[in-house]
Amino acid sequence: MATWQPDPSFYPSPRLAAKAPPETLAYVAAFDPQRTTPDAIAVVDVDPHSSSYSRIVGMVPATHPGDEFHHFGWNACSSCLCPNAPHPHVERRYLVVPGLRSSRIYVLDTKPDPRKPSIVKVVEPQEIAEKTGYTRPHTVHCGPGGIYIAALGNKDGKAPGGVFVMDQETFEPLGRWEVDRGPQQLGYDVWWHLGYDTLVTSEWGTPDTFENGLVPEILLGSKYGRRLHFWDFTKRRHLQEIDFGEEHQLVFELRPAHDPTKAHGFVNCVISLKDLSSSIWTWYRAGDQWAVKKIISIPAEPADPDLLPPVLKGFKAVPPLVTDIDLSMDDRFLYVACWGTGDLQQYDVSDPLNPKLTGKVRIGGIVARAGHPGAENGKLNGGPQMVEVSRDGRRVYFTNSLYGAIDPQFYPEGIDGWMVKLDARPEGGIGFDPKFFVDWPKGQRPHQVRLQNGDCSSDSYCYP
Amino acid sequence: MAISSTLWLWFAVAALGFFHGVNPAMGWLFAVALGLNRRSERVVWLSLAPIVLGHAVAVALVVLAALAVGLIVDPGPLQSIAGLILLAWAAWHAVYGRRHKVRIGMQTGYVGLGVWSFLMANAHGAGLMLIPAVIPLCIAAAPAHQLTARGSTSIALAALGLHTAAMLGASAMISIAVYKWVGLAFLRRGWINLDLLWTGALIACGIILLAL
Repeated sequence: MATWQPDPSFYPSPRLAAKAPPETLAYVAAFDPQRTTPDAIAVVDVDPHSSSYSRIVGMVPATHPGDEFHHFGWNACSSCLCPNAPHPHVERRYLVVPGLRSSRIYVLDTKPDPRKPSIVKVVEPQEIAEKTGYTRPHTVHCGPGGIYIAALGNKDGKAPGGVFVMDQETFEPLGRWEVDRGPQQLGYDVWWHLGYDTLVTSEWGTPDTFENGLVPEILLGSKYGRRLHFWDFTKRRHLQEIDFGEEHQLVFELRPAHDPTKAHGFVNCVISLKDLSSSIWTWYRAGDQWAVKKIISIPAEPADPDLLPPVLKGFKAVPPLVTDIDLSMDDRFLYVACWGTGDLQQYDVSDPLNPKLTGKVRIGGIVARAGHPGAENGKLNGGPQMVEVSRDGRRVYFTNSLYGAIDPQFYPEGIDGWMVKLDARPEGGIGFDPKFFVDWPKGQRPHQVRLQNGDCSSDSYCYP
Repeated sequence: MAISSTLWLWFAVAALGFFHGVNPAMGWLFAVALGLNRRSERVVWLSLAPIVLGHAVAVALVVLAALAVGLIVDPGPLQSIAGLILLAWAAWHAVYGRRHKVRIGMQTGYVGLGVWSFLMANAHGAGLMLIPAVIPLCIAAAPAHQLTARGSTSIALAALGLHTAAMLGASAMISIAVYKWVGLAFLRRGWINLDLLWTGALIACGIILLAL
């Protein structure tokens, strides 16, 4: 329904958004790796003054089992204030939750009771495939003119993956976004620079190459995604492709600067075929083209083969497996989740080409099995994975599962889910909140975290 | 028609210009955004020109088209047709007005900005809203109370000039005030739902035409 004033959670600029009040609830996607019980969106109390702090206070199960909840997003956010497509009198109210495996999309209403969202619409995979030509919906971003969803497969589950648009209020799939996709074939993440009319996409692979886990031959053959694609946002045409080269595999999470006047962003590459390292790259404007530079390389750590899963024994090392990154609202701190080693690192990226390591914690990890002050049984498995930063930059939340079929390749005994929180100091430095350890209910694993009223990977802005 | 009611019509033309200028969707906000992104007050001022021009062209096309039809059709049926179109536009605006295709972005040049403003004014039915004021003005000015090509054109152009000047005045005032003094935070509470008011204005104009 239309409102009289803009939704109070919309901010014209990242500068103003960073002054937003602290979040009190987090929504977390949780899935059943056995695919026998329905996945769910969990509601976690993150208000330190609440008696149920750090506990799951609500759970909304899906209507079907086997969806594989993964990433999700809001129906509307601060980009509704953009001057070229203005419509700020919609509510940030609905969570759009795709099943990555089922291609079904659930719409959850977080009002009237944000602790008890309810499913108000289910868009079936057939409708999405018919109207957009895509399946395996992944990233969800509210943007100018609609909800943008990156999909990993076409209607037959093959290449090309791409982006489609959904209506922000009726949730009708409106159609494929691309007018001209150029050489782009693989899909994964999508985000944009509103100030530069540029949309960026990254690459994973086609559903047949990941739905049963990573395929070693494809990985070692450098056949998974390794490119960035830059698009004209308004003409919806492919502009430029940047290939990271044969050495690099799995170019994943796109974190463009929130400030629309800044033409740079960060992306993680999960693994180097040369030395198992992970890397962070900055993309930036060079003349009238986009360019990339590797700014951080995180090496693999030597390890006793007896402690390694079969897939790694021959390498005698733990790869860092950087599978998610997140950028603070002021574009100053980049958080890097090393799912393999168990590190969560914080870099000062004020100078986007010269990062400085400013903080580090370790929890879980393939070999380290590092504990947490709030955990009852010492050794934890899984590692830092989906990471989310509060708008004021003072709190960082993350969970420990990557993807149902890949978890057992690196953590063969299975993953016991957890969610933790870090406190971040304004000038850099991070540490665990000892009171915040969510021991995830058995049978499910947590993935992406979304904070009530917005976070650092939900909203985009048209004003500096 | 008495002098005073003609005055009221001129006032309505100007007031509609002010109303259009105040609506962020008609462009003042775009001017502010471009100024902020390019860190230049000059850009705010320069952006207003294509915004106002695009708006004026869109409004002129609709008003002149209505007058052209008026030369053939009697004023009575003309006003009824225009009234029905306005009501239909209001319904469309209420249901689909929120859907915007992102054709022009933040990197646009001044030509693109003019095109954007033209498209936005058309989509919002800005020109239609002027018909209930402009047609009676033209009729009042004609000796036989019939629309004539010669008499109507000059009155219509004068009305368009007044409307555009009022729109420019409002746009310039608000965009410069927000850019220089008020700041963006104003948008969070101060951006009231002009789309609702707009739909109301379209309906009101339609009803006025049907009742005339």
